Amino acid sequence: MSIILDKVNYVYSEKTAYEIHALKDVSLKISDGEFIGIIGHTGSGKSTLIQHLNGLVRASSGGIYYNGEDIGDDDFNRKELRSKVGLVFQYPEHQLFETTVFADVCFGPKNQGHSRKQSELKAFTALRSVGLPEDYWYRSPFELSGGQKRRAAIAGVLAMEPEVLILDEPTAGLDPKGRDEILGLVAGLHKERRMTVILVSHSMEDVAKYVGRLIVMNRGSVMYDGTPAEVFAHYQELEAVGLAAPQVTYLMHELRGRGIPANGTATTLEEAKQSILQAFSEKCR
Amino acid sequence: MNFIEARKLVHEYIRRDEEDNVESILTALDGVDLDVKQGEFVAVLGHNGSGKSTLAKHLNVLLAPGGGTLWVDGKDAEDADNLWAIRQSTGMVFQNPDNQIIASVVEEDVGFGPENIGVPTAEILKRVEKSLKSVGMIQYREHSPNRLSGGQKQRVAIAGVMAMEPKCIVLDEPTAMLDPNGRREVLEAVEQLNREKGMTVILITHYMEEVTGADRVYVMDNGKVVMQGTPRAIFSQVDTLKSYRLDVPQITLLAYELRKAGLAIPEGILTRQELVEALCRLY
Repeated sequence: MSIILDKVNYVYSEKTAYEIHALKDVSLKISDGEFIGIIGHTGSGKSTLIQHLNGLVRASSGGIYYNGEDIGDDDFNRKELRSKVGLVFQYPEHQLFETTVFADVCFGPKNQGHSRKQSELKAFTALRSVGLPEDYWYRSPFELSGGQKRRAAIAGVLAMEPEVLILDEPTAGLDPKGRDEILGLVAGLHKERRMTVILVSHSMEDVAKYVGRLIVMNRGSVMYDGTPAEVFAHYQELEAVGLAAPQVTYLMHELRGRGIPANGTATTLEEAKQSILQAFSEKCR
Repeated sequence: MNFIEARKLVHEYIRRDEEDNVESILTALDGVDLDVKQGEFVAVLGHNGSGKSTLAKHLNVLLAPGGGTLWVDGKDAEDADNLWAIRQSTGMVFQNPDNQIIASVVEEDVGFGPENIGVPTAEILKRVEKSLKSVGMIQYREHSPNRLSGGQKQRVAIAGVMAMEPKCIVLDEPTAMLDPNGRREVLEAVEQLNREKGMTVILITHYMEEVTGADRVYVMDNGKVVMQGTPRAIFSQVDTLKSYRLDVPQITLLAYELRKAGLAIPEGILTRQELVEALCRLY
């Protein structure tokens, strides 16, 4: 099971003065159970890319294959694709609309054609898995805090039981604890259900901590694709395109410049800590 | 007198049903004391729902105090006659750049504020030029705002406030929707206004890294000010901050972890440079 993109191009407002080539020859293979981060500055093509993955946007040219089937084929069931590839947009809580949280989460499965009972069961499971306390289930979504609303919105997507979960900046506007909670929830879904997760983020520290593979988008093309350590080794090139490496990566390079043998590929706090402690203990020996 | 002086400031959001009976009361500000001197750079931290934005909206009287007193620029915020004077001395910048830009050309957007209060045309043009220069956006003066990046739009919004020639600028999570580059641009513009023009700055944010350059930091929880001090004093209390759903900058956290592991690093490290120096001294 996989998603394959073969030389995908997308052009907005083609043949007008506002023509923008948003994706240029993007080829990727996304395998089952991967946890992928996508970074890139505003306008680099991140959002356009993820909208292709569940068929919301059709490629101008090139092919996208979901489990070997071309999603651009006329007889391909794109409605089913959209429930298999769940997309959580930026500020998803703006899309909550029902009178209660529970009714809102039921909307997805009902729309898929499940019976009321089945839908409620799926909503129940989804709300449980995002860790929203039951007290809030029958309240209006507007009475919830920012972090809680976002959980409710994510539950709305999970209730459709997707195989792939795509989140577009799920932590924007949340406080630090709220950020950790949402990312912890996503990491848990990946680990326990072997769900394929794609996370679009502006926080280099967050992607370094959670993902196994990092894709860097720049001007509509894939600039780098590798582990966070591999990608952030190019921190100077990343800066040139408006991105950055995690703070600790810079620290490690500066320490090396000053003669302390720190590990230049450390991208997380834990790796940096271990590497510095090791450098000090080797010195003492 | 301080530029901003709040004493036991209270604000309640009261919800009423159709018959006007009180359904619930949410105390968003619960006895807040705040002092900001002219020219100071003050940061306000706090989790979602802690009362930061409600406080910000009082500083230019978008919300009126429900209790306690608030003086801004020597004027009592409760006196309705002072409303316009306070709004001219204290400008606001909000989170979403797209909600704050109204004109179809950058310079017209920046000129909207002064035009609205009847500034003569020649003076408007001067102010627009000065404001756009101060945020590094002068080369975009004839561009359309909707073709700008988020960071550029926020800087135009800041220029729009600057054109009103305020003494103080309040920024409510101005970088929440921006990419790393945009965040840096906006923060640099704000720090420069504070440093070079002596602008009083109040910055509300969820990014701990952004407040290391502030003179003082206030931490809010449940509508109360629970901590205040220099960034160094605040960020050396890692555990207390975490109990308020906050965090410390990654470098500060690393220094804290290394200290716990036995390295003799001083408390309250804020920047990468400081940590590099501390480690080199030890090595």
